[in-house]
Amino acid sequence: MSVVSELRSVRRPKGKRRPSALHKGDGKAAIFFLGPWFLGLILITAGPMAASAYLSFTDYSLLEAPNWIGLDNYTRMFEDPRLINSLKVTFMYVLISVPLQLAAALALALVLDRGLRGLAIYRSVYYLPSLLGGSVAIALLWRQVFGADGLVNAVLAWFGIEGEGWVSHPDYALGTLMILNIWTFGAPMIIFLAGLRQIPQMYYEAASIDGASKWRQFTSITIPLLTPIIFFNLVLQLINAFQTFTQAYVVSGGTGGPADSTMFYTLYLYQKGFASLDMGYASAMAWLLLAIVAGMTAVNFLVSKYWVFYND
Amino acid sequence: MTESSVRDKAPATTPDIVAMAERYPEPQEKPTYWRSRTRSLLKHAGLIAFGLVMLYPLLWMIASSFKPDAIIFREPGLWPTDVTLENYTEGWNALLHPFSHYLLNSAIIVAGSLVGNLVACSMAAYAFARLEFRGRGLWFAIMLMSIMLPIHVIIVPQYILFSELNWINTFLPLIVPKLLATDAFFIFLMVQFFRGIPRELDEAARLDGCGHFRIYFRIMLPLSLPALATTAIFTFIWTWNDFFSQLIFLTRPDMYTVPVALRTFIDATSESSWGSLFAMSIVSLIPIFLVFLFGQKYLVKGIATTGIK
Repeated sequence: MSVVSELRSVRRPKGKRRPSALHKGDGKAAIFFLGPWFLGLILITAGPMAASAYLSFTDYSLLEAPNWIGLDNYTRMFEDPRLINSLKVTFMYVLISVPLQLAAALALALVLDRGLRGLAIYRSVYYLPSLLGGSVAIALLWRQVFGADGLVNAVLAWFGIEGEGWVSHPDYALGTLMILNIWTFGAPMIIFLAGLRQIPQMYYEAASIDGASKWRQFTSITIPLLTPIIFFNLVLQLINAFQTFTQAYVVSGGTGGPADSTMFYTLYLYQKGFASLDMGYASAMAWLLLAIVAGMTAVNFLVSKYWVFYND
Repeated sequence: MTESSVRDKAPATTPDIVAMAERYPEPQEKPTYWRSRTRSLLKHAGLIAFGLVMLYPLLWMIASSFKPDAIIFREPGLWPTDVTLENYTEGWNALLHPFSHYLLNSAIIVAGSLVGNLVACSMAAYAFARLEFRGRGLWFAIMLMSIMLPIHVIIVPQYILFSELNWINTFLPLIVPKLLATDAFFIFLMVQFFRGIPRELDEAARLDGCGHFRIYFRIMLPLSLPALATTAIFTFIWTWNDFFSQLIFLTRPDMYTVPVALRTFIDATSESSWGSLFAMSIVSLIPIFLVFLFGQKYLVKGIATTGIK
């Protein structure tokens, strides 16, 4: 169903090979069909990865040749308060907004499931923000909606509440970005909807004949059978959320402010690499990012053994 | 499990969810008529209210784009008391170049990316789905892992490479990688789809002496129009919305794309001109909205079967 389950299955033994007469000359054809991809893999992906690994041990600034400085960039990272702060900000954002986003997605999927009239319309309406959420236009809108005299405060004023300038307040700016992420729950919701439909109806029929309550059916049938989907959504959204850039950049006007409260890790990396041209340091930061994302995903996979239920 | 993928000996974890959904009919609930009627009405009322709250900022932005600047912030309501198109005419010309210039730049990059992803990714997918070659499993795994690689890990050396080639402030850094199938996600999507096409079709063609290119071009591609459509739609949306790489590779104002140009609105104009900013934001969202309107079927299927955003 997904990249995730596909990776799980790569290790499994393959079925019998096809009769080879049909596949004579496949090798040559493969060179032709995979040519562009292979070139891209080497030039655009693997080559730059190797270069970035090398640069992370240098003090490259684009203007002079790189100087080997050993582990300096890496040790510097652990003493850089702004970097540590950016990690805190990013983790806060990820650990709060992703579970809330998935909870919203699951709740709405449950409500929309099972032959609701107008399902297609609701699904579209709730999904639309997912398509737009990553755009600069929406980030600009957010900047206004949560601004000092923005839409939120105008609505609060009806109730006689005088609101803050949410995006310019260090305590709340990150929260507005979390709301933006939660707002885009539509994509995981559609995945949940598809997963819910995969649960055979007869399980519920059998359960209700046996006198199981709705709640019992939910906890004993829906949730266990949905765990692979929950897991998949979790892995995907965590990886995505950790790399959030556009929203933080636009809402803070590129500064990560106020007071570094929206200085996401990727934003700090961008500033280091492309504003201060500290490209060696930025490369080291990129590798730490990869390590964190890979580590997070690996932990997810390990823990999944204890809660994800695979029917196969 | 679909029949074809059983034949294909594909991993047991790749059912086509959408096809399965078709097989299970909706349940028939029969509580008393009025009770269920009221419950369903309440449910719909709740869902509609929730949808309105969600879309309210968007609707308000549309309404505000037709209001004079002076009243935008005094009116949280939707209906403009004073309608004007001034925001659009002003916003269109507020930056160094007319907004059509940025729209065109974005369109060029989108067009290049479309060609790249459709051609290069489907070719690679054909190899992974149908050809037997040494190390296929390994290359496939590498391809899958490259999907999850954060772009930040390679962006710095890429920048250095492209600036050595004098490609900064051209569209090449944004298009050439797509021609080399670096959006591996779409390879995966099409491999999944190709696996669902009965092998008998191309094996028969093979026995009749048909070459791989013809099988790919005359059999696989025509049968894969849904997958190609999904690829095209997501390529369009992602490229149109992409900000990070366009921000890095395009620094000269005449090369700006829509997202990069929109961002400069904040610096270029005073805070009081939200009206024209909203107007141009809406112009920038119209193409996405149109794709959403006409491509919904493929969007929903694409997400449901592969889990993309």
